Amino acid sequence: MKDTTYEPVIGLEVHAQLKTQSKIFCGCSTKFDAKENEFTCPVCTGMPGCLPVLNKKAVEFSVKMALATHCQVNERSIFARKNYFYPDLPKGYQISQYDQPLAQKGHVEIQVDGQTKKIRLHRIHMEEDAGKNIHGTISSYVNLNRAGIPLIEIVSEPDVRSSQEAGAYLRELRSMLRYLEVCDGNMEEGSFRCDVNVSVKPIEQKEFGTRCEVKNINSFRFVEKAIEYEIQRQIEVLEGGAKVIQETRLWDSDQNKTFSMRSKEEAHDYRYFPEPDLLPLRVAPAWVEEIKRTLPELAKQKKERFMKMYQLSSYDASLLVQEKSLAQYFESVIEICKEPKLASNWILSELLREFGPEQGATSPVTPQHLGELLALIVKGTISGKIAKQIFEKMVQTGQAPQAIVQKEGLIQVSDVAQIEAWVEEVLKEQKAFVDKYHAGQTKLFGFFVGEVMKKSHGKANPAKVNETLKKKLVKGA
Amino acid sequence: MHITKQLVEHLAKLSLVELSPEEISKYTQELDALMGYFEKLNKLDTSHIDPTFHVELPTHVFREDEVKSSFPREELLPMFPAEEDGAIKVPKIIEAS
Repeated sequence: MKDTTYEPVIGLEVHAQLKTQSKIFCGCSTKFDAKENEFTCPVCTGMPGCLPVLNKKAVEFSVKMALATHCQVNERSIFARKNYFYPDLPKGYQISQYDQPLAQKGHVEIQVDGQTKKIRLHRIHMEEDAGKNIHGTISSYVNLNRAGIPLIEIVSEPDVRSSQEAGAYLRELRSMLRYLEVCDGNMEEGSFRCDVNVSVKPIEQKEFGTRCEVKNINSFRFVEKAIEYEIQRQIEVLEGGAKVIQETRLWDSDQNKTFSMRSKEEAHDYRYFPEPDLLPLRVAPAWVEEIKRTLPELAKQKKERFMKMYQLSSYDASLLVQEKSLAQYFESVIEICKEPKLASNWILSELLREFGPEQGATSPVTPQHLGELLALIVKGTISGKIAKQIFEKMVQTGQAPQAIVQKEGLIQVSDVAQIEAWVEEVLKEQKAFVDKYHAGQTKLFGFFVGEVMKKSHGKANPAKVNETLKKKLVKGA
Repeated sequence: MHITKQLVEHLAKLSLVELSPEEISKYTQELDALMGYFEKLNKLDTSHIDPTFHVELPTHVFREDEVKSSFPREELLPMFPAEEDGAIKVPKIIEAS
């Protein structure tokens, strides 16, 4: 039998929760921390006779994401009822969009192995979330706080060809949503969820194979693992001479495998029809233009600008723009210290080590303070080593660097006479090593520098110490 | 389009409604007659006419993104058949196989 090379074909559906204050069709709060069923009303619990009224902000947020992903925003779109029977859906249907969605035909650019690839978007539509079920041993429990929370569903074309590309695509979408400030992207709280459609085919074959949909994946790592598992499983099915059955599967993160969810099959008949309680949504071109003007600089553009303006490497720039707040922090720091490279190094090593990318910008070390600290290094008031000590104190106390310098007497000593005195003392004390140095063990130079620094309690200007030591050691020869 | 017994059975299943064989044949006949009426309407060419979504308003109305007070839980929950610790209690949801 000849070996067949298989190619996976992957499409993704992302549900992103919009960061509005109130639900999509009623005034109930969208707060996450709440008692069971605290934020519900006749509209979102599906009481007869209640009418939904569309939240303007939810439309604005959806349009923002549509524009950022180069979608065509439809001037007219229609809400539709998606009918299915489940206890977390009190109306018996979910209000969604079907054949006339808000936006279509966009794309997102991803970077994989240094290559840029375009993933086309099929559509972005608006819908309401369902409630949440908790399953007990005898009963199930329904919490409707989440019912009616605004979502956008972002559907890609089947352009993704590997788990790595899928991960890159999802991270890019999440970054965009967070930069636009329309979704917090929190996967644990369910505000960014993803379903994956996977099929495989022999690489030379044009037509796609039969696909399976994998649901219930709540982290990027699991998405990648689920895709890899599913690709392997389908190849094995085909190699065994069988056919892949089109079905919905669930990801089990404990067992690292997907399993069939047969009951969903017949329920796939959603009997969509236009929602009679809502009129067609009209998004005027003038409004779209207005929203376009408010679009912020996104991570990709910011990264390119940082590389050009501040001569940062692609790697450093991409780390700085991973969070919008961190990128803003960086720019505030260089406002003060005027040294982009130094600021980038300190943020990427010290700040991120202490606080991580998401908390860095709101840490006790304000950008003002870090900028001042770096300015002290630039001026030569303190050494880089002392700066690290001061930084530790800033992390603990949130104090300004000058205050710590003064309180602890940490100003760097650049006075030549003082440094010479320390150097001479060290050379006298370490006579034996000086002789060895002169006998050819020049590596000992670093040892002398260390001894002088110790004597100065770390306050001597290292450049000046080097200079003086070189002079004295030659003279002594 | 003709309404068949299979379609009625399928719809009953989707709606979680149990129907007896007599009811199934009764509804098949009734729904089929109803569809026949719509078939007649479908003969009219309406391709150049927009559907009427509302008799007065040409387009939707928005509400601003403002939080309004929700329905008090104490009033909401008694309207459901059962509750426990603030959650609506329902028969255990199991995946039918």
